[in-house]
Amino acid sequence: MAYSDKVVDHYENPRNVGSFGTQQEIKERKDIGVGLVGAPECGDVMQLQIKVDESGKIEDAKFKCFGCGSAIASSSLATEWLKGKSLDEGESIRNTEIVEELSLPPVKIHCSVLAEDAIKAAIDDYRHKNGLEHDHDHDHAEAAH
Amino acid sequence: MTLTKPIYFDNAATTKCDPRVVEAMLPYFTEIYGNPGSRNHSFGWVAEDGVETARRQVADLLGADRKEIIFTSGATESNNLAIKGAASMYAKHPAGSGKCRGHIITAMHEHKATLDPCKRLQKEGFEVTYLEPGADGLITAKMVEDAMRDDTILVTIMWANNEIGTINEIPQIGALCHDRGVIFHTDGTQWVGKMPTDVNTDNVDLLSMSGHKLYGPKGVGALYVRRRRPRVRLTAIQEGGGQERGMRSGTLNVTGIVGLGKACEIASQEMDSERERLLSLRTKLESGITAGLSDVQVNGHAEKRLPHISNISYGFVEGESLMMACKDIAMSSGSACTSASLEPSYVLKALGVGDDLAHSSLRMSLGRFNTEEEVDFAIEQVIKSVNKLRELSPLYDMHKEGIDITKIEWQAH
Repeated sequence: MAYSDKVVDHYENPRNVGSFGTQQEIKERKDIGVGLVGAPECGDVMQLQIKVDESGKIEDAKFKCFGCGSAIASSSLATEWLKGKSLDEGESIRNTEIVEELSLPPVKIHCSVLAEDAIKAAIDDYRHKNGLEHDHDHDHAEAAH
Repeated sequence: MTLTKPIYFDNAATTKCDPRVVEAMLPYFTEIYGNPGSRNHSFGWVAEDGVETARRQVADLLGADRKEIIFTSGATESNNLAIKGAASMYAKHPAGSGKCRGHIITAMHEHKATLDPCKRLQKEGFEVTYLEPGADGLITAKMVEDAMRDDTILVTIMWANNEIGTINEIPQIGALCHDRGVIFHTDGTQWVGKMPTDVNTDNVDLLSMSGHKLYGPKGVGALYVRRRRPRVRLTAIQEGGGQERGMRSGTLNVTGIVGLGKACEIASQEMDSERERLLSLRTKLESGITAGLSDVQVNGHAEKRLPHISNISYGFVEGESLMMACKDIAMSSGSACTSASLEPSYVLKALGVGDDLAHSSLRMSLGRFNTEEEVDFAIEQVIKSVNKLRELSPLYDMHKEGIDITKIEWQAH
């Protein structure tokens, strides 16, 4: 299967790879939200971290990904799109937008779904840590695929 | 010698046709184009001569008599003919009788071209036992013996596994089958042409093989059918003109058959030195990779393994992304037939390799045209790519921090 140029670009030059600290450190930091989604036995694990400034804007985002090239590209793209967005704006990113941007084929749509799940999980984690539970409808954030 | 990229390390999927094979085939397209079934003119006679030479070349490679060779379109057809044809011929009860028509023994990690015919037979009233291999992929005679029943009619166990290369106890399983009066079929696709074969001392009744795995053309293969002690009979699947002793009707693929014969002749002559060469290349490949990377595991049996197949699990790295990173090396995750699906290898799962590592495994398979320079290049590219992907891998971070990833509650999706 041939990958699109954008997938190859993100795969070869992934943006914002990394972590804001060890698992223990980021768990304790209140300005960081972490989303860890997927499972090794399914062949995809994404870890997305957002750093939120005092005004509630996502000032930085980092990812790590165990998965195919499309999964890596989807999470790399997610970090690019998240930077500078408010939490509500970040939460409104849809997997279909990722599919379109990266020209993902049908067998790779689950990678974009996972990226959307990771975004939502990271934002939820930040809100939970800071007592900002959201009353939005969260049903679509369930990893139901 | 300069290195031409990409390099081809997927010789268990298919091989390049040897130029000597192509040369032998060429006259049969345009000059010797008769139908070997045409018994009344010279065009047919010379074509038949070509086919009969090939039949002898194939038989010689297997230690068989040429009358025991049936030409087919490849190993998938050979397996279908052997398994369905024997089951139908040796069934204890007719179809629709409602009784168990006979018991068949195979293994969980056989090729799909064996498993699917067995599944079909289950629907048609036969019972099938799927043996579970050990962690090294080995099927022993003891395992087969323990599964034998009074109504066992057929055992089908591959000679060597296509994904991991583990070599099963074929002569011993064959001896057991002969003692019990059970027909023994083996899928020799990966074995034949690479390793010495003698259907008599190895106690094989039916053997499938393929042309394109031994530097012959695609679309041609053979089935060895024992004629003496015991004389094995098969119910034909494809019916028509009665070619191949009625077991496989259809005009013979003369060019392909000639190519298969030539490929077998070359294999007979060069097998011994080639086996040593491939083993030394693979040893170099595996020791280079395992010395350069932590958390890697070579799958399959340590000694009883084909010399050209290497299957390695790279912890914390996903196989498809690793193939993408190693873009100058053609290799395979799972067998070529199943790599279009996103499922991890069922062969590795049958060996008890965890799902996470099964997603992290790649097979490299070497061949006649690979060189030491290519092996050196592959070692370097694999190590570099695994290190790059581990930098990206959240699982590797966790591993380094001492977190046991098997203890995390993952949301399976």
